[in-house]
Amino acid sequence: MLSRTAENLYWMARYIERAESTARLLTMGQRMAILPGAHHRDEWRSVIRATGAEGSFPAEGHVKETDVVSFLLLDLDNPSSIRSCLARARANGKSARTMLTQDMWEALNEGWRKLDSYDVAEARQQLPALIDWVKTRAMTFRGAADSGQLRNEGHDFLRLGGVLERAQMTLRLLDVKYYVLLPETEVIGGTRDHYQWTSVLHALSGSRAYHHVYGGTYTPWQITDFLMLNRLFPRSVAFCYDQMSYRLNRLAGWHDDRAACHDTTQTMVSDLESLDSGEIFRRGLHETVQNGLAMTNRLGFEIAEAYHFG
Amino acid sequence: MLDQQGDVRSCYAEVQNWVERTGIAGLNRRLEEAEAIFRRIGITFAVYGEGGDPERLIPFDLLPRIFTAQEWRTLDRGIRQRARALNAFLHDVYHRGEIVKAGVMPGDIIYQNSAYKPEMADFTPPGKVYSHIVGIDIVRTGPASFEVLEDNCRTPSGVSYMLENREIMTRMFPELFSQGLVQPVDDYPAELLKSLKEVAPPACKGDPVVVVLTPGSLNSAYYEHSFLADLMGVELVEPADLFVDENRVWMKTTSGPKAVDVIYRRIDDDYIDPLAFRPDSLLGVPGIFNVYRNGGVTLCSAPGAGIADDKAVYVYVPEMIRFYLGEEPILSNIKTWQCSKPDECAYVLENLHELVAKEVHGSGGYGMLIGPKATKEEVAAYAERIRANPSEFIAQPTLDLSTVPTLGPASIVQRHADFRPYCLVGRELRLVPGGLTRVALTEGSLVVNSSQGGGVKDTWVMQD
Repeated sequence: MLSRTAENLYWMARYIERAESTARLLTMGQRMAILPGAHHRDEWRSVIRATGAEGSFPAEGHVKETDVVSFLLLDLDNPSSIRSCLARARANGKSARTMLTQDMWEALNEGWRKLDSYDVAEARQQLPALIDWVKTRAMTFRGAADSGQLRNEGHDFLRLGGVLERAQMTLRLLDVKYYVLLPETEVIGGTRDHYQWTSVLHALSGSRAYHHVYGGTYTPWQITDFLMLNRLFPRSVAFCYDQMSYRLNRLAGWHDDRAACHDTTQTMVSDLESLDSGEIFRRGLHETVQNGLAMTNRLGFEIAEAYHFG
Repeated sequence: MLDQQGDVRSCYAEVQNWVERTGIAGLNRRLEEAEAIFRRIGITFAVYGEGGDPERLIPFDLLPRIFTAQEWRTLDRGIRQRARALNAFLHDVYHRGEIVKAGVMPGDIIYQNSAYKPEMADFTPPGKVYSHIVGIDIVRTGPASFEVLEDNCRTPSGVSYMLENREIMTRMFPELFSQGLVQPVDDYPAELLKSLKEVAPPACKGDPVVVVLTPGSLNSAYYEHSFLADLMGVELVEPADLFVDENRVWMKTTSGPKAVDVIYRRIDDDYIDPLAFRPDSLLGVPGIFNVYRNGGVTLCSAPGAGIADDKAVYVYVPEMIRFYLGEEPILSNIKTWQCSKPDECAYVLENLHELVAKEVHGSGGYGMLIGPKATKEEVAAYAERIRANPSEFIAQPTLDLSTVPTLGPASIVQRHADFRPYCLVGRELRLVPGGLTRVALTEGSLVVNSSQGGGVKDTWVMQD
């Protein structure tokens, strides 16, 4: 397949995933901001940091919800805003139009200009509905790809982009909130931390799943295990790594050729396999998460190189 | 709902029943549904330089335009005849120029024309085909008479509307098609692919690799480019996806370079190769023209094919048919005055308020004057332009064009329409029974271009 088309599919999936993740983060921000002491912790700034777009956000001062909604939902100058992501996903989809099914295209195309007509005040007022709308768009798109797209290499590039982006989002969320998990600083289980972690799990659609796996208790080890190492939870880092590896191995099969990205993903999977949450805390949660972000970034570059992107 | 068109009347009877059953309000509701479908699918077009919505919908009219099988037989023969003559003309002007030597056509309107590409001289493309898709714009001027408005030999657009209009109509009104009275058009993409494969270059071994070359997703016809690539099952490439090496053209794929044999290009001559044509083009594929001339790839259409659809050359198409084919033209031209000829220019300047004047190299309905609709000042200004540069203009009578029934907000109205069939030229000629009917949606308007407020409708060729 054309390298450009592969690149379009890969980025289209990344943008869709990013739009959805950002929508989930906004929900998390709203939940956290109403907790006692939220002002002091500057919850909205941690939301901005979790999107990875902090660089283009004003560094100084207390962050207000209005600014965040504007920046993450509507701002076209922020390449990671939901509006930017949806527009970019569609532009990529348009360039790879021949690789999309009608349903996939319709999912991208339907209402893609909806956010154009909103100002911040309206958007804040209707935030829950807008967030639901974004999630529905992303899920419709994935469902259309899942049920209709040919399982050729194009599908693998699409899925690869999606899981890579998702791994990064989970890692960034852990990066922003890791201090809440540090056993030596605070005892987890206090109302506030409890609520913070349920909010994080909620943002990842994982609160119910967590209970199915670990029962009703929250411990730093279990939460870390769940978000980093659980192979059944589709937003955990390990699950995403497995999927990345699976997709890259399929691509290696299509082309009968391996490259640096294939070795890297194998290393990432096996490194994670050798860990348990105790080991993660001994090494440092922060360091482990930082390492994960560095490796996923590197993998992104290696994928682009292996398949002759741009 | 009908005018003078004799036996078309019976064909419209079924449609008429359907209109009565559904009612005008009902039809307008269905029209909204159709437009929602078009927008969701993403069939939109962009108009350059007009601002506004870059992805607006082309207006769609629900009432089909109908040709009888008998009418189609005439059109079919006439269209094929014209496509053959135009390709013969292209071969001639890039070789011996017999038509000029014989005194049938003046040489300067060919060789002084910017659409003429001297780089093509003495080169014969595979199958001697220059224009692989000939779109001929036709108007009905009477119950049994059709005349040609203009030819499109480069890359005529609009065929996606022919296919999509039919798709929408069958989706919304299956009962109209259930009796099998309308001839199908849906094998067009397969026929196009066949035609393109037939002109594979000498360097091609095995099954030819065909691609559609688009300037990119911002182009106004991008939807059509992707649509055709999709239906043919071939790659849709942009210039940056291609490169030249060892007298072949390659596309960059995820498993390395892959050779390309036939390029259905939707990029103008001037932009296709900065080494051969415009050096400032950022779009093209450097060196591609040289590979073409050396038999490493086939470009469809051939660079320089546009000389055959130039408006100054158009006047001579009936002569071409006689000259190359030894046949009488089946479809006639619209009466055309050439301002390059002093006596005809004088007539045009005197009668400009009654004529349609056009720039010789213009297209898309831009830069034309419709005398009867123009103000005195506009006519005077246009006359100045003609006087300054007479050879750049032609003029035609404002035709007594026949009209077709069209859905208005409150009733069925009559609107002017033209018709563009697409003749495919490979080793043989192919023509699907249908084409694009464009309709001027403004009352009395003669301009059907989508860029100027025209709409489209489905075109039915009936079975015998």
